[in-house]
Amino acid sequence: MQTYALRRVLQTIPILFIISILLFLMVRAAPGGPLTAARRNPNISKEQIEAIEEKLGLNDPLPVQYGRWLGGLLQGDLGESIKFRRPVSDMIAERIPNTLILVGASFLVTLLVAVPIGIWSARKPYSFFDYAVTTITFIGQAIPVYWLGLGLIIIFYVTLKNPITDLPLFPVGGMNTRGKEGDILDTLWHLVLPVTALSLGWIAWYSRFLRSSMLDVMHQDYIRTARAKGLTERWVYYKHALQNAILPLVTLIALDLPSLFAGALFVETIFSWPGMGRLFWDAAKGRDYPVLLGVVMITAVLIIVCNILADLAYGWLDPQIKYE
Amino acid sequence: MNELQTIREQSMTALITRRFFKHKLASLAIAVLAILVLASVFANFTRFSPMQQNPTNNFQQPNATHWFGTDELGRDVFSRILYGGRVSLTVGLFSTFFSILLGVIVGALSGYFGGWLDSALMRVTDAFLTFPTIFVLIILGAFLREQQLFILQNSVFVVIIIIATLSWMWPARLVRGLFLVLREKEFVSASVALGGSSARIIMKHILPNCIGPILVSGTLQMASAIITESGLSYLGFGVQPPTPTWGSILSTAQNQVFRAPWLAFYPGVMIFITVMAINYIGDGLRDAFDPYVIHTEKQ
Repeated sequence: MQTYALRRVLQTIPILFIISILLFLMVRAAPGGPLTAARRNPNISKEQIEAIEEKLGLNDPLPVQYGRWLGGLLQGDLGESIKFRRPVSDMIAERIPNTLILVGASFLVTLLVAVPIGIWSARKPYSFFDYAVTTITFIGQAIPVYWLGLGLIIIFYVTLKNPITDLPLFPVGGMNTRGKEGDILDTLWHLVLPVTALSLGWIAWYSRFLRSSMLDVMHQDYIRTARAKGLTERWVYYKHALQNAILPLVTLIALDLPSLFAGALFVETIFSWPGMGRLFWDAAKGRDYPVLLGVVMITAVLIIVCNILADLAYGWLDPQIKYE
Repeated sequence: MNELQTIREQSMTALITRRFFKHKLASLAIAVLAILVLASVFANFTRFSPMQQNPTNNFQQPNATHWFGTDELGRDVFSRILYGGRVSLTVGLFSTFFSILLGVIVGALSGYFGGWLDSALMRVTDAFLTFPTIFVLIILGAFLREQQLFILQNSVFVVIIIIATLSWMWPARLVRGLFLVLREKEFVSASVALGGSSARIIMKHILPNCIGPILVSGTLQMASAIITESGLSYLGFGVQPPTPTWGSILSTAQNQVFRAPWLAFYPGVMIFITVMAINYIGDGLRDAFDPYVIHTEKQ
């Protein structure tokens, strides 16, 4: 098990290497540069721009620049934001917890809702409940997260008001009401709309997946065996079938992680949630390369780590799999 | 020989078509999508130009003249939505085409030849799959926004290419899996024994057997390409104004949620309907090809 984990970690090194090269080339070899805005500014002379370029090392050959960036990366140094003149690693470290809160909460809500729905609708396939769920999940999967977010804002912030105070039902923007920083209940209240926007599509997708996974498993021979042994239908369903049907979900979740972070980016942008996605969006508007590179690299590492964890969890959950 | 082949192929297509139209919702979806495509193609027959501004006439609620109302500059939203449909459907169709093309090439090479080629291609595929795609799209979109270079002027084309470049991994994996199964089949051994070249076996014998799953995954790709394009334009990094797209219309609507909340409804509902229709078509195709899918999975 330990050797397997070690091997998996080692395997990620070439992947991270490829990602870093691709990213670096894409950002650096593309036309224009971080100083485009400065060039257009008539108050900054050509000499000044050249001096800045020299100082940032933008004139060196690309492989040299890449080597310098990679060397720093390996030491945990992601460079300095061009716009804010702050270390990128500090900026990202501030934002990571907020993104993890948002993604983690949505993930929890997704599982808590999707798993029971999937199980119940597979319990009696082609029943009214099952048809209703199938239709709703089809709809839920087709609603883009940004439209849903905007719709939630219009309904729960713009239109509906608390009848007593005449304030919006749910807050929009940020993690806390001003003056209530660090108040967990206040943060939870701010989480309601973003988490709803982010989870709905995933609830639809996972409950659909679990339903078909359950239906597949129910046709297996060992289910017939379990029934033949005289076990109650309930025991067969929740013990024998569910345990096997839920396994593929682990792999699926690991595969879907990049999309979950992508969804978080939209939600953070719409709801001004101060996470990495929002940081990234702002940096993209200002073409703050070091920040862009840093966020993508960190997100890729996060995704890879979660993938390894999912693989290990799979081995722990499924006794048929032995790691060597 | 040739005659026999054509008759067989026809009957297969006819069979699939018949099965497809048995799926009621899929048939309805085809009709809906056809209407959307026609409406976008003939968008220039609407009463108003999508660019024509009329500031005295802004923020009109939907009415008989302006079916979907007017936006903050007094432009007719209905016509903007139809023109936006052109962009979304074009991007959806062509980016899917290119992503499937690339995916089939990578998947076929990888699955058929195996060995070091397979390992190398799959490592690259894994690396792309770990990429948080939207982040990369935004970086590329950011270049797009500021550059006045010749090729970047046509931002629709660039969006098509970058979406395709970042979504070929799913078809590649699917096709690789199918090839791994199919290359062990007797008809492939037979062709090898008869001296068939690799190219011939791939193109003539294996690929035609993958059409069903590829088409189904194509519908999924197209739906997600449309959502991605709109999302990118919504964030301001996709197709650039003044070209109207569903995403950019939604983005301007966001700034007007207090004055004109209805503006946010139309672009979103269009994306939603299109994606639903494409998903149902995919569902219908899956059912239509189903016997084949079961056939390969069992072996």
